[in-house]
Amino acid sequence: MKSARGNWSSPIIMTVLLLLLVALPAYALSDYTVILITNILMYVVLTLSWAIFSGPTGYISLAPAAFFGVGVYASAILSSDLPLPIVIPIGGAASFILAYLVGSLTLRLRGMYFTMFTFGLVELVRNFLHWWEVNITGTVGRLIITADNTTVFYAMVVTFLAVLFASYLIRRSKFGLALRSIGESEEAAAHSGVNVNRVKVVIFAVSAFFMGATGATMSMRWTYIDPTSAFSIQFSFMPVLMAIFGGMGHLYAPITGAAIFSLLEEILTTKSPHYYMLLFGLTMLVVILFMPYGLEGIIEKWRKKIKAGLRSGHEYT
Amino acid sequence: MVVQFLDIVIGGLLTGGIYALIAVGFGLQYGVARVLNIAHGEFIMLGAFCTWTLFTMAGVTPLYSMFICAPFFFAIGFVIYRIFYTPLRTSSESPAVFEGNSMLASFGLLFVVQNLALIIWGSPVKGYSYLAFPIQLSGAVFSANRIVTLIASVILGSAFYVFLVCTRTGKAIRAAAQDPDAAELMGVRINRVLALCFGFGVMMAALGGLLLSMTSIMLSPVMGMQYTLIAIIVVVLGGLGNIKGSFIGGFILGLVGYIVSSSQPGLSMVAYYVIFLFLLLVKPTGLLGK
Repeated sequence: MKSARGNWSSPIIMTVLLLLLVALPAYALSDYTVILITNILMYVVLTLSWAIFSGPTGYISLAPAAFFGVGVYASAILSSDLPLPIVIPIGGAASFILAYLVGSLTLRLRGMYFTMFTFGLVELVRNFLHWWEVNITGTVGRLIITADNTTVFYAMVVTFLAVLFASYLIRRSKFGLALRSIGESEEAAAHSGVNVNRVKVVIFAVSAFFMGATGATMSMRWTYIDPTSAFSIQFSFMPVLMAIFGGMGHLYAPITGAAIFSLLEEILTTKSPHYYMLLFGLTMLVVILFMPYGLEGIIEKWRKKIKAGLRSGHEYT
Repeated sequence: MVVQFLDIVIGGLLTGGIYALIAVGFGLQYGVARVLNIAHGEFIMLGAFCTWTLFTMAGVTPLYSMFICAPFFFAIGFVIYRIFYTPLRTSSESPAVFEGNSMLASFGLLFVVQNLALIIWGSPVKGYSYLAFPIQLSGAVFSANRIVTLIASVILGSAFYVFLVCTRTGKAIRAAAQDPDAAELMGVRINRVLALCFGFGVMMAALGGLLLSMTSIMLSPVMGMQYTLIAIIVVVLGGLGNIKGSFIGGFILGLVGYIVSSSQPGLSMVAYYVIFLFLLLVKPTGLLGK
C-alpha cells in the first residue's frame, strides 16, 4: 500500500481503465462483448468481496454461493414490483442479514470449523429452498422479468465501483488494521483491545452484501432460475480459487486473478467445460505449491527488480 | 408400532454404516494428516465408478473388487500425499498455515479428479444391480446388498481399529495424531506415517464408494460433494480421529436421515445440517469429546 500511495502513475491508469469500462457499450462491437465484460465483472466483484474478509483474516469462507443465491432470489421475487436500483440493495441487504446471523453464530469457532460450516451453508439454503418451492409454493423454477444487457452492465459496473471503494476504505480504516491483526494473531488482537468477534461479523456481513447485490444484478440476465442454478456451488469455489490465483495483498491482485480466469472460462467453457475445470484444478495445485502469493507475488518481485534497476541506473549517470 | 420402530432403526443403521466408514477416512485425513480433504467425496465417487467398471466390463463382482480397489486407492492416496502435501508441509511455516494451504490444495484435487471422471465416464448416470433380493428382518424387508454393506463396513472399521491399537504402525499413527513434532523426535518417520494416513483415508473413501454403489444408487461424477458434507458432519458429531465416535455419529446421522426422509424426503440434508450447527455451537469437540 505504501508504494501505491507514492506512485503517481497508478491513479491515472485507474481512471483511464474506468473510463474505458464505463464507455464500453458505446464502442463495443457487439452485444456479446458487453455480456462478456458483465460476466467478468461478476466474478471480479465476487472475488473482491470474498477477499475483503478472507484475505486479511485467513478465515476461508465457502459460502459465497449462498449469499449470491439469496441475492438472486430476492431479485426474482421483487423485480416485478420494484425498480432495479431498489432491488439490488435489497438483495445485498438480505445477504447481509443472513451473513450477520451465520457469522455471529459461527465466527467464534476455530478457522477450520468455520470453513466446514460455510461449506454446508450453501447446501442447506439450497435444499431448504427446494423443499419450500416444492411443498409450499408448488413450483420449483421461477421466471424473471429481465432487464436489457446494457442496464445489467451498468448495474454491475456500479456494484464493482462500490466494492472497490469499500475494499479501499476498509483497508485504510481501523477495521482493516483490526482484520489484519486478527489474521496475524487473534489472541493478541483481542488483548490489544480489538472487539474481535464484532469486527469479524461486521466485515463478513459487508462482504456478503456485495455478493448478494451481484446475485440480484445477475439474475436479471437469466430468464429462468431454480435453486440448483442460483445456488450453484461454482459461485463458492470460483471466487476462492481466483483470489488465491491472483493474490490478496493489493487490490489489483484479486481483480487480475478473476479477470484472467473468467476470460479463460468464456473461451474454453463452450468447447470443453471439463478440460477447463481440469485446467483450473491443476492451476490451483501449482499455485498452492509453487506460488505462495499467487500472481501478485511474481508481479511484485518484478516490480522490485525494475525499481532496483532504475535506481542503480540513476546512481551511475 | 414395534415393527415400524424396528424398521426405522434397522434402516438407519444400514445407511449409517457407510457414513461411518466414509467419516473414519475423513477423520484420519484431517485428524492426523491435517488435510481437510474437500476432495474426499471425489474418491468415494471414484471407488463407486471403478466398481461399476469392473463389474459391468470385466464381470468382477463388487465384493471381490474390494481386493483390487483397496490397495489401488491406498497407493493413490499415498502418492498424492507424497507429491503435494509433503512439500507443502515442509514449506508452511506453521501447522495453521499448512491446514489452510492443504485445504486449498485439496480443492484443486477436487476439480482435477471430478473432471477427469467426467472426461472418462461422461455425465449420464450409471448404475448396476447386485444382490438385490429382499431379506426379511424382524418383520421389515430390506434388500440383501444393504445388509452386506453394513456388515462390510463394520468389519472394515473394526479391522482398522485393531490395526491402530495392536500394530507398531498403528501406534506411530496415534502418536502422530497427538503431536507430530514430538512423534518425529521419538523416531517416527513422520512424513511416511502422515502419507500412510492419507492413503488409508483415500482407501476408506473408495471402499465406502464401492459399498455405496452396491445399494443400487445412481452413480454420477458429481455425486461426491454430498458425501464430503456427510463425512464432515459425522466427524464433527463423533469427534475428530475417533473411530468409535465416527461409527456412533454415522449411525445417528443414518437414523436421523431415515426418519426425516420417510416423512419429508427433501429435508434430510437440512436435518443433518441443523444437527451439525447445534453441535458446533454446544460441543465442538464432538459427542465423545473431552
